[in-house]
Amino acid sequence: MKGKYDVLVIGGGPAGALAGKTAAEKGLSALIVEKRPAIGAPVRCAEGIGKEALHEFIDPDPRWISADMTGATIVAPDGFVMKLGSEMAGSKVGYVLDRKIFDRELVWKATEAGADVAVKSRAAAPILENGYVRGAQIEYCGKTTEVKADVVIAADGVESKFSRWCGIDTTVPVREIMSSVQYVMTDIDIDEHSTVFYLGNDVAPEGYLWVFPKGKRCANVGIGISGKKSGSGHRAKDYLDRFVNKTFPDGKTIEYIPGGVSVCRPLDCTVADGLLIAGDAARVVDPLTGGGIYNAMYTGRLAAEVAAACIERGDVSKKALMQYDKAWRESKMGKAIERNYLIKEYLIKLPDTKLNDIIHSVSTINMKEFTTMNLIKEIIKANPKLVLELGALAASLR
Amino acid sequence: MLIVRRDICGYCGCCVSVCPEGALELIDAYLSVEKNCTSCGVCAKVCPLGALEVVNEG
Ligand SMILES: Cc1cc2nc3c(=O)[nH]c(=O)nc-3n(C[C@H](O)[C@H](O)[C@H](O)COP(=O)(O)OP(=O)(O)OC[C@H]3O[C@@H](n4cnc5c(N)ncnc54)[C@H](O)[C@@H]3O)c2cc1C
Ligand code: SF4
Ligand code: SF4
Repeated sequence: MKGKYDVLVIGGGPAGALAGKTAAEKGLSALIVEKRPAIGAPVRCAEGIGKEALHEFIDPDPRWISADMTGATIVAPDGFVMKLGSEMAGSKVGYVLDRKIFDRELVWKATEAGADVAVKSRAAAPILENGYVRGAQIEYCGKTTEVKADVVIAADGVESKFSRWCGIDTTVPVREIMSSVQYVMTDIDIDEHSTVFYLGNDVAPEGYLWVFPKGKRCANVGIGISGKKSGSGHRAKDYLDRFVNKTFPDGKTIEYIPGGVSVCRPLDCTVADGLLIAGDAARVVDPLTGGGIYNAMYTGRLAAEVAAACIERGDVSKKALMQYDKAWRESKMGKAIERNYLIKEYLIKLPDTKLNDIIHSVSTINMKEFTTMNLIKEIIKANPKLVLELGALAASLR
Repeated sequence: MLIVRRDICGYCGCCVSVCPEGALELIDAYLSVEKNCTSCGVCAKVCPLGALEVVNEG
């Protein structure tokens, strides 16, 4: 660890790894600091990612792919089971990763490109000069070191504090945090090649419960519920335990994973003078699916690209770095976040009966071209009584 | 006052993200509570495990 870098990256998750790798590839000196003693552990993730999405960043490798998904199953509140083939299941058909290995691979790739990495090293405070972020105080084994940088990329995850220390409010609204728990379970009867989503107010209020296979008789079994619906006696863990006791009474839990996933809109602004914010820290998780791995890699890479261009021009002001904010909002990813936010807001207000109606009708639809709009149109055709609400949703998506 | 039940906490950071005061910080496997905590209880509500509790001082 040196005292000065072009780019300092806070956090060694997918966002930080891609930021460090990209910065190094652009010929910049870069340091990734990670407060945990090990990259990738403990895992805070159900590890699902779309195949195409992953391929955009890295070629699949059996060392960190636990299972290959060819379908998805949705279980309606009334217990009705809808199976989706790969044409319909969209981006949720993909891989279930082994993130302990995957996250390490991403950081290895960053170091191969020339980035430095420091674990058990926590950014404890920003270095601020004339309103610019100029680095951070790094704590390592009881010692604090100053690391200066032209640009800092905050990729510090859902528990992000760095941007807040720089004056940016990152508070997630209570109703928009998915309070989550997951067990990695073995010895359970599952379909090895299909993810399963359980919906409904009794199962997972304003969220869903998932079974993501990790291989033969092994899966990530988890749940996310709205923070608004959480409280003493009805927490995520209470719901998950009830489900597991009923569905997998003989299963064995080999890993216990609490977590939080933000499903709010992204931060109003993801840059400041000398600072870019990427990944979960920027609140760019897909609000409908809760998926954030791809969005983290995407924003991490983009943040470093813009940082490199701005450093070269000698202007790392907020105004110059805004290029990053603008670019991700206008990207396919940014647009998907906005669209899926609206769909999520629609779905969480639906009573279970209407959700049942929708799922029943979707199961009979045979679409040639799968798009959100087509799907909504087809659902309205099958459920004329939903035309008002769904029409309003469709209008808001235009 | 906010009490952290360290025997229950799984150091996941869910609570940190919702604190309106920025009073919580996850220092690897240790959740710290700063003096500016107002005991509003928001964090205790969302904790997936029930590791946080606001208790009356006195
Ligand atoms: C239960 C659960 C299930 C999920 N399932 C899925 C899924 O199936 N598919 C999907 O795509 N996404 C899923 N997600 C979301 C996904 O895990 C995140 O979106 C993704 O990890 C975000 O990557 P990141 O790099 O932004 O943040 P993280 O992966 O959280 O990395 C941030 C890193 O920063 C470090 N850090 C924080 N503060 C500091 C500091 N001050 N100094 C140094 N280091 C610091 C942290 O220790 C951490 O390692 C799930 C999340 C949860 C909680
Ligand atoms: S949400 Fe609960 S389990 Fe997670 S860090 Fe906070 S207190 Fe611990
Ligand atoms: S009680 Fe309120 S102010 Fe205190 S840590 Fe929890 S959320 Fe923050």
